[in-house]
Amino acid sequence: MSDPIIKIQNMNKWFGDFQVLKNINLEVEANKKIVVCGPSGSGKSTLIRCINRLEEHQEGDIIVDGNELSEKTKDIEKIRAEVGMVFQQFNLFPHLSILDNCTLAPIWVKKMPKKEAQELALDQLKKVQIDDQANKFPGQLSGGQQQRCAIARALCMQPKIMLFDEPTSALDPEMIKEVLDAMVSLAKGGMTMIVVTHEMGFAKEVADEVIFMDEGMIIEKADTKEFFANPKSDRTKLFLSQIL
Amino acid sequence: MQTTNFLKPNRDNIKNYSIIGTFLILVSLIDVISNAFLRINLTSFLPGSLTTLFPLIIGLIGLHMMRIDYSGNKTLDLLNKNINTNNFNAVLTLLILFSIIKALPQSLSWMIFDATISGDSKDACTGTGACWTYIKVWFRRFMYGMYPNEFHWRINTAFILVIALGFVGYFMKENLKKYLALYYVIIYPVIAYLVIYYLISGGSFGLQWVETGAWGGLSLTFIVSFFCLIFCFPLGMIFALGRRSNLPAIKYISICYIEFWRGVPLITVLFMSSVMFPMFLPEDFFMDKLVRVIIAITLFEAAYCAEVIRGGLQSLPRGQYDAAKSLGMGYWKMHIFVILPQALKLVIPGIANTFLALVKDTPLIFVVGLAELAGMLALAKTNPKWLGFAMEGYIFASIIFWIICYAMSKYSYNLEAKYKTER
Repeated sequence: MSDPIIKIQNMNKWFGDFQVLKNINLEVEANKKIVVCGPSGSGKSTLIRCINRLEEHQEGDIIVDGNELSEKTKDIEKIRAEVGMVFQQFNLFPHLSILDNCTLAPIWVKKMPKKEAQELALDQLKKVQIDDQANKFPGQLSGGQQQRCAIARALCMQPKIMLFDEPTSALDPEMIKEVLDAMVSLAKGGMTMIVVTHEMGFAKEVADEVIFMDEGMIIEKADTKEFFANPKSDRTKLFLSQIL
Repeated sequence: MQTTNFLKPNRDNIKNYSIIGTFLILVSLIDVISNAFLRINLTSFLPGSLTTLFPLIIGLIGLHMMRIDYSGNKTLDLLNKNINTNNFNAVLTLLILFSIIKALPQSLSWMIFDATISGDSKDACTGTGACWTYIKVWFRRFMYGMYPNEFHWRINTAFILVIALGFVGYFMKENLKKYLALYYVIIYPVIAYLVIYYLISGGSFGLQWVETGAWGGLSLTFIVSFFCLIFCFPLGMIFALGRRSNLPAIKYISICYIEFWRGVPLITVLFMSSVMFPMFLPEDFFMDKLVRVIIAITLFEAAYCAEVIRGGLQSLPRGQYDAAKSLGMGYWKMHIFVILPQALKLVIPGIANTFLALVKDTPLIFVVGLAELAGMLALAKTNPKWLGFAMEGYIFASIIFWIICYAMSKYSYNLEAKYKTER
């Protein structure tokens, strides 16, 4: 068993007086795919936002790729560059073309030559099948295309870990499939992924492990088959009966 | 054949209605025009107040006749939709039209037909109209202030140079474009300052020294506005970012700065800069009054700019910050490449507003003895040889300020259109 790439120990987080995350313990090994599910408000998004420190945790340790995340972490940008993230609302930069969205960070953060960055970006855009839209602006694309572009943008930083925060929740039903397809092919390529989603079909197909969260706690953590075949806690059973 | 009910216009007799309606409106217009231009009262046969109200009543009936919904006639529909929707609007339309017609002959004759422009002294102005001779004689003063006549070429050359340097950005090569901001924020103001210092102030290269007290007129308006605009924008940007900073020291310094400068009137700031400020300076330290005034206005307007820009920063969704951070960008990279380009685009109208206000605030520097365009007018109107021509002067100044401000607002619309990429 190799060393885990993400290690979370006894982590607690509060928003003001409200405790959003309670005693989280989680280890993720490289190349594993984890799906996090649970009712809304259960802290799933907050959990993965803590992993690249878009949210700060107050207690416990988060260790990403050997670096501990805390106020003392100096090169937080370096760690973030290793961790790609895809958001529910795409969050593309509307003032830049699709290609520039993808090349911005490689050029300015990784100091990649412009030409190389563009080749890389076109390559990644081709993998999600929107290389023909490269010169358009985000506002001219459909939601599904925008989300695929957001995936390509994150991949252009050549991250070790990809975080997905409900990537299909803001999409029309017919566009969900194209985004999921892109994520499935990424998963088959061996990327370490943590995906917050309600798409149980995706979880069954791709995930190694499924985590069920409620009220800021990890209720259940099991292998995918085990999770769907015989969930242990009543809360999980209730959730699965509602969502499947 | 059905009978025509003239009180209820409808589509079936559209021809009759529109002909009668147009005729009645024409009658009312002819009455007003003849009254205004030829001083003939066509309706003098009518009793008292009816004479005055005659065109209004006739015009109203005419417009009523023409008010047919979906007439099929494009011009008529446009007219009905915009200025003739109901009787009240019809009355307003007629009243505005009549007022313009009534006011036209007087203003035209004052400004053009009875006006004087020949001659070069007050005696030439014998007519009842405006005395443009006054503007003509004082024109150089209005443009250049008390700057010696034989050196006016120096101001002109300096301005042409500064404007030309401003256009350099347009012709920069593609690989130099990334230095554009640096050029406009730091290099350009420095060069402009040197050009203006050596050419207009003089004192070296064989040019005679002209002290800033002699500068004035429109050229001073331009100099003050130019430096204030170019400096207050980056300064405002810094304070806008500062106010949103996570570091308490920077945040509270920015808040104090903004609230202080927004809380004091510009006129007191100008007084302080010219009267109080020198007292705090060491004996041998000299700073020109004009420079002090420019610094004062810049600091003052920067606070307003900061708040406008902060509005833009706040209107960006949090997701933009998240996305930039998640790609590994630090504070400065995130702001330079992601946040500011979007925020500044959003605040173009607000910034244009602030800049227009700044240009129109420059006349206030008269209180510290610097006479730009409006200040020169105030001096000229008290000149004993030219008493009684304040009106002409203020009209002239209004037109000039209007042209400057209109050009600026047009330019801001162009910028908005140019950077519109989404939505």
